[in-house]
Amino acid sequence: MLVEAVGHTYRRGDGPVLNDVSFQVHPGEVLALIGRSGCGKSTLLHVLAGLARSTNGRVEIDGALVQGPSLRSVMMFQAPSLYPWMTVAQNAALGLRFSRRHAEIAARVPEVLRLVELEAYAGRNVQDLSGGQQQRVALARSLAPKPDLLLLDEPFSALDAFTRRSLQRDVRAIGAELGLTIVLVTHDIAEAVQMADRALFMTAHPGRIAADSEINLGDARDGASPEFRAEVARLNALYAEIAEVEAPSDPIHPIPLATKLKEASS
Amino acid sequence: MAVQGGYGGLGWLPRFRGLFSALIGVLGLLMVWWLGGMAVASSPNMFAFADFAPAPTFSRLWVMLESGEALAMTGPSLYRVGMGLFAAIIVGVPVGILIGRSPAMREITNIPFQFLRMISPLSWMPIAVMAFATWDGAIIFLIAVAAVWPIMFATAAGLRRIDPSWLKVARDLGARPLHLLWVVILPAISIDILTGVRLALGVAWVILVPAEYLGVTSGLGYAINDARDTLEYDRLAATVVIIGVIGFCLDYLCMAAIQRLNWVREDG
Ligand SMILES: Nc1ncnc2c1ncn2[C@@H]1O[C@H](COP(=O)(O)OP(=O)(O)OP(=O)(O)O)[C@@H](O)[C@H]1O
Ligand SMILES: [Mg+2]
Repeated sequence: MLVEAVGHTYRRGDGPVLNDVSFQVHPGEVLALIGRSGCGKSTLLHVLAGLARSTNGRVEIDGALVQGPSLRSVMMFQAPSLYPWMTVAQNAALGLRFSRRHAEIAARVPEVLRLVELEAYAGRNVQDLSGGQQQRVALARSLAPKPDLLLLDEPFSALDAFTRRSLQRDVRAIGAELGLTIVLVTHDIAEAVQMADRALFMTAHPGRIAADSEINLGDARDGASPEFRAEVARLNALYAEIAEVEAPSDPIHPIPLATKLKEASS
Repeated sequence: MAVQGGYGGLGWLPRFRGLFSALIGVLGLLMVWWLGGMAVASSPNMFAFADFAPAPTFSRLWVMLESGEALAMTGPSLYRVGMGLFAAIIVGVPVGILIGRSPAMREITNIPFQFLRMISPLSWMPIAVMAFATWDGAIIFLIAVAAVWPIMFATAAGLRRIDPSWLKVARDLGARPLHLLWVVILPAISIDILTGVRLALGVAWVILVPAEYLGVTSGLGYAINDARDTLEYDRLAATVVIIGVIGFCLDYLCMAAIQRLNWVREDG
């Protein structure tokens, strides 16, 4: 995927949200997008998905210009957003149904439900499932149309730590197995280190890429290992460095909170 | 089962409580009716109306059921209410979706619709009679005019139930506008539409009888008027019973459909 000079300004917003964002994602790569709240990560992901048209720049997937939503890329959000009047299997089949690939549903839906370990729940109403299970159904729904690119917008941030960790591991494993390219938006550096091959750091006002760093860990990622911790520490330091450079021009928090507190007490 | 403790023997009671209450209510109503009949019969001024009492009414009702008269008067009425409701749904649901989706549409239509809604449907009668070639057409129109508002407003209110992310996910998965309508919007608000239909049915059933007073020579409203003219008060009362029972049954059917289609889990 090629992202070239993407800029975006909301019609009702003040000023550009994205400015001159360019990067490349290699096939099969897992890319983490890290940045503070409001820096434009979701906006960028919507542009990549074709759900929003950027005001400037272009996005290409395998040389084809992204001009609207397509099943080559599927997005997943923080909330599973399942349809509560449908069963697990019906939810998972939606992408195929919308694209009139009805013939594939019978074989493909059980397949993706097995991938997310929910084959026993196919006939259940999605409201009977736990939050983590619901997010797995959303994952199955995203995978069913066989996309090349998975766009994840903080998909695990509403889950408890334990469920989150198992889903992080599973998504990475499934992505590797299917050869998926993944763009993952996150606030959590440990999550990026757990899942990604590369991290992009974004700054706000307007959103742009401030740093690009490979994450050099193999496929076996153990959160307790020294290498893992070293990588988290390194990215944390990088993030802090960027945040410091960014802070003075931030109109929402013009003065760091610690400074304010010091002034207030003196 | 052995009796356990003081209340064990009455353990079955709660299950039948609803049934008991209903039975008591119905018996109470019959009682009031019967007492009213007694009072009428014993009053010299109103003696002529003694056939309104339960006994003559039910014996006449039985005759009407056996002869097929009851069915014959009900058929046309059900047809008119059905067609009127159908027209109200055809108009009310799309317009409801439109005003529910678009704030501009809601603002523009708010005053006109609230104004029109407050006009008694029966006041359209002269216009309906002029505008429609048949009495049937006019009656169906009046029923539709009465029924369209609850359906329209319930549909518009139902759209608030739609989570915007449902639409976003569907679009991302390649849904076309018709998919959004049939796969997301309509299932999401089906209960609201049916709740509107249930309210509309109540209004339509009430409007039906006065609407059938005019012109037509069939239906329940006509039967009421006809029985009055021929002074057959037992037939009149029996027709009233038929109207009530059918109205009750239609409402019950709506309620059952709402319960079946309801996808909201109370015990979440
Ligand atoms: N529809 C919109 N109209 C106008 N401004 C918007 C709109 N959506 C988002 N914005 C603004 O664009 C900026 C970026 O928003 P975006 O949702 O992309 O941030 P984000 O990085 O995803 O934040 P978070 O981590 O909190 O999800 C914010 O300042 C937000 O206020
Ligand atoms: Mg976001």
